Amino acid sequence: MDKPEKKGNRRDFIFTASYTVGAIGVGATIWPLIDQMNPDSSVKALASTEVDISQIEPGKSVTVLWRGKPVFIKRRTQEEIAEAQSVSLDDLPHPEKDQDRVKNPEWLVMLGICTHLGCVPLSDKGEYNGWFCPCHGSHYDTSGRIRKGPAPTNMEIPKYAFVDDNTIKIG
Amino acid sequence: MSENYVPSSKFGKWFNDRLPLLTLSKHLTDYPTPKNLNYWWTFGGILTFCLISQIITGIVLGMHYVAHADMAFSSIEHIMRDVNYGWLIRYIHSNGASMFFLAVYIHIFRSLFYGSYRSPREIIWILGMLIYLLMMATAFMGYVLPWGQMSFWGATVITNLFSAIPLVGESIVTWLWGGYSVDNPTLTRFFSLHYLFPFLILGLVVLHIWALHVPGNNNPIGIDIKKPSKDTVPFHPYITIKDLFALLIFMTIFAGFIFFAPNILGHSDNYIEANPLVTPKHIVPEWYLLPFYAILRAVPDKLGGVVLMLGSIFILMALPWLDSSKVRSTVFRPLYKKFFWLLVIDVLALGYVGAMPAEGLYLLIARVGTIYYFAHFLIVLPVLSRIEKTEPVPLSISEPVLGGMLKPEMARSDRKDV
Repeated sequence: MDKPEKKGNRRDFIFTASYTVGAIGVGATIWPLIDQMNPDSSVKALASTEVDISQIEPGKSVTVLWRGKPVFIKRRTQEEIAEAQSVSLDDLPHPEKDQDRVKNPEWLVMLGICTHLGCVPLSDKGEYNGWFCPCHGSHYDTSGRIRKGPAPTNMEIPKYAFVDDNTIKIG
Repeated sequence: MSENYVPSSKFGKWFNDRLPLLTLSKHLTDYPTPKNLNYWWTFGGILTFCLISQIITGIVLGMHYVAHADMAFSSIEHIMRDVNYGWLIRYIHSNGASMFFLAVYIHIFRSLFYGSYRSPREIIWILGMLIYLLMMATAFMGYVLPWGQMSFWGATVITNLFSAIPLVGESIVTWLWGGYSVDNPTLTRFFSLHYLFPFLILGLVVLHIWALHVPGNNNPIGIDIKKPSKDTVPFHPYITIKDLFALLIFMTIFAGFIFFAPNILGHSDNYIEANPLVTPKHIVPEWYLLPFYAILRAVPDKLGGVVLMLGSIFILMALPWLDSSKVRSTVFRPLYKKFFWLLVIDVLALGYVGAMPAEGLYLLIARVGTIYYFAHFLIVLPVLSRIEKTEPVPLSISEPVLGGMLKPEMARSDRKDV
């Protein structure tokens, strides 16, 4: 019985090797078909936007489009800044200090997209004087942090920089 | 029997020996069908009509529609105003989706009531559920194509459901979109898949009917019958003519929508072109997805809501194994019958609150409704199917009728099983 078993093992090896090579081949063929759905080069190329902020009054905000997504640029009033900074971290579902969410406390720059299911929240609405998402009822505060509702996290802060006093570069 | 069928003509015999299409056609016309099928059984034929109608009108619309974010919205208006009979074809297609779902819900609840999902018909049921899932995906992608406000924001909300998946959620959403938001790449791929899926559905329908023809139809009293026998009639002409009559009534209602209220089931915001900067005040899906939307919003947690919403559909696939009653038809299950109608009311209530804002009383109803929905399948059905004392079941379809009983469900067998 020893000999046929050995023969069987050699054949098993050939089978396993063939299956492996076959699986790698199939995988390598399928990958381009899957990856073609990822963002293409022309989409990735639209990576940054510059915004002139000299016309924005305190308490007002503008919404600009970056990578097809709205970005809120809000010039906050002193009360709004004070309100955002005075909140205890224990009261936040997703604890983040206001200081960590802004480069200059007067300017809040964030993705205007509810972290629940991607709607655009309405400004100066909701129970925390910040934003309110009409889709499924998430309330955000003056720092764009989630306070109440189904959204799991605070609104995202994109990469941005102050080019000079009047210009912000997003991306 | 059709297996031994020999065509009468010489050419027919020559052809059938090489490709037995005539044997198949003979099988379909002779197919023994329970003689007590009621009108709830006509929806299979109606659904076949709906699928074919959607495919034909869809192919025609595809000849005029432009799948591009800058042109899709105006190409729909072009179809409505310029294309000969374009308005008619588009209204048939858009209302056809609603009629398709109306029919499929009746078809599903008929299976639930008469126990058509029970052994030996589990595979028919699971294939049906897969068809239903594909229908929802197809309808959702079709609703995105006009590129109106509801199209755009519906697509945003639904694709974002995948972002609830831990770790890889965001990458999956970006992959689905082909960008960083719903945009032109999303529209073009949805058009491509919206064209493909109906043909996948058609393939599954063939398997669904094939699987049906192995055990044969269930029937209102849910008993196994001898085939062919005194309890059966040939499919043609008995069932074909009954199906046709039901289809004509269905088409009359369908035509009523098309000609008198073509937009009543749609949302007026979808006549505003998509704008990624403004979310409509109140996003609602099409009516046929509302119960699931209510479940999604009833849960105050993102991942939890998504899991329950998908769970509410997938739980149906386990139904054949959750129900272990010895009796198939709810006709003979007096207590379960009450819970069945409670489930119907529950799903309708979920649909209603799904269309309302998620707050106050609506939210409360959605939560109670969600709890009952799952309790029905996970607690009520398994427990009741084990403990309920069912009524006696007739031994055959003919027995109670020939015994002078007016309604088969009133019949008692020889009281052996009492």
